[in-house]
Amino acid sequence: MIHPIPPGTRDILPDEMRELRRLHRSLIEAFESRGYGEVATPAIEYDEVLARGDGRAAGSAYRFFDERGDLLALRSDMTVPIARLVASRYADAEKPLRFCYLANAFRAVRPQRGQMREFAQAGVELIGAPAPQGTVEVVEVLEAALDAAGLDRAVIGLGDADLYRQLLAELQVEGEPRDAILTRLEMHDLVGVEEELKRAGIGDEQVATCVALSQLRGGREVLERAREIGGDAVERAIARLGETFEALEARGVAGRVQLDLGLLRHLGYYSGAILEVYDPALGHVLGGGGRYDGLLERFGVDLPAAGFALYLERVHIAQMEEESRRGGPA
Amino acid sequence: MSIEVAGTAEAKAEGPLKLAVPRGALLGGTLDVLDAAGVDTAAVRGESRALIFPGEEITLVTMRPSDVPTYVESGAADVGITGKDVLLEQSDRMVYELLDLDYGRCRMVLAGRKGDERLGESQRRLGLMRIATKYPRIAERYFESTGRQVETIEVKGSIELAPLIGLADGIVDLVATGRTLEDNDLEVREEIVECTARFVANRVAHKLRAAEIDGLMGRLREATSG
Repeated sequence: MIHPIPPGTRDILPDEMRELRRLHRSLIEAFESRGYGEVATPAIEYDEVLARGDGRAAGSAYRFFDERGDLLALRSDMTVPIARLVASRYADAEKPLRFCYLANAFRAVRPQRGQMREFAQAGVELIGAPAPQGTVEVVEVLEAALDAAGLDRAVIGLGDADLYRQLLAELQVEGEPRDAILTRLEMHDLVGVEEELKRAGIGDEQVATCVALSQLRGGREVLERAREIGGDAVERAIARLGETFEALEARGVAGRVQLDLGLLRHLGYYSGAILEVYDPALGHVLGGGGRYDGLLERFGVDLPAAGFALYLERVHIAQMEEESRRGGPA
Repeated sequence: MSIEVAGTAEAKAEGPLKLAVPRGALLGGTLDVLDAAGVDTAAVRGESRALIFPGEEITLVTMRPSDVPTYVESGAADVGITGKDVLLEQSDRMVYELLDLDYGRCRMVLAGRKGDERLGESQRRLGLMRIATKYPRIAERYFESTGRQVETIEVKGSIELAPLIGLADGIVDLVATGRTLEDNDLEVREEIVECTARFVANRVAHKLRAAEIDGLMGRLREATSG
């Protein structure tokens, strides 16, 4: 007899589990050896607490009442629960704090391979270390994690979450038009970006500038190209990105980093540097992260922070694809 | 404008870029634009019933327009061309929409029978219009955004039939010349959105094969402007 399970969830059987465990162990070891201690938090939290961290996403897709009538929610990532944990338990501890995790989170996505509603993430949070050094450390740990997973072709995209917010402020686009433009940028709907910018009364030349800017991705020369495009907001973003990139080069870890001025992440709490991870063997993003210097303040402790999370099912798929490309299991 | 990719990323790209080409109404226009952009389409134009046409720089993969977002989202195709109607209907497919190719122009419309007030009457007296469509999500979003309630009836074949024999009060459909509506005694009541062919890309391919995709995009832009 077949008993159903909810859409977007799945059972994991021994052959897969064995491989996943191997991946889990190598990632946690990479994190631990760099001073990131593993933590676990409850899968269910008070909805109010999660929503405090990410008001825009308004917490989780799965919400329910407990026997006292309190509204609970399944977490949609680990960054917000760890911000809550730091504020509650480490407010007076010496900084920076380094935590890692391997946990399931829940989102109402359209289920497909590598994109389930219940999914496993592994990642780190570095709390109390400002840019650029904190960002550089996080990128270093991310590279170590990709090495530990054997994904030597993976690429890390590095962008700036504040670029377009500041650029639009400079162009005096606010409120609803601004949000519409940011949404289109985040989806990389360039036709829509153009339409919305024109609707907001922006001149043709500046529309072309915005679109061209969002297409800039590559090595150091991207910063030069962006500088030619000009403007204060662009200049500030380039300064932040350039500083981070130089620090990465100084540590010898810039090799797999791609500067990307078109990068925007949908979560509301990012500020400054943002990251995405790609592998040529997989059409989906492997993971992401960045800085969220304003997040901890929402929980009452004003600390700079950065981190990343890898989607473990996707990393596992990429491992398999890379293996078959190399011709059989490594 | 071609852009070099950092580090070793560029060297990692493998094989020709896979471009999803829509069969059907968009095929002719698509092949013309690809020719103008310097992509060899002779093999697709031939008699072959093959689906995949390998090329040195770009491999063409032909498919139904509505499958293009599926292939491109998963990365099975790196880039593709399809109608805005398809992208709107499948707006939950994460693909990058890079360029309006400006051909295959048609309108998504609400149409009803000529001289027939069923649409208005159902809305007024029953509080609900019955709308037949192949585009249920576009239709639902449109009526929701205009504050009207509808029952959308998804049909696969000739939509025009539905209001003629009383399955629905009206239809939401794509109209190019209006001939089919005219032939079936239907008329456009409201225009919902104008649709053209769009150039789309997989998120990861857009990052990792930046130079190739930007190059193709530049050529497509030149081929379609002016």
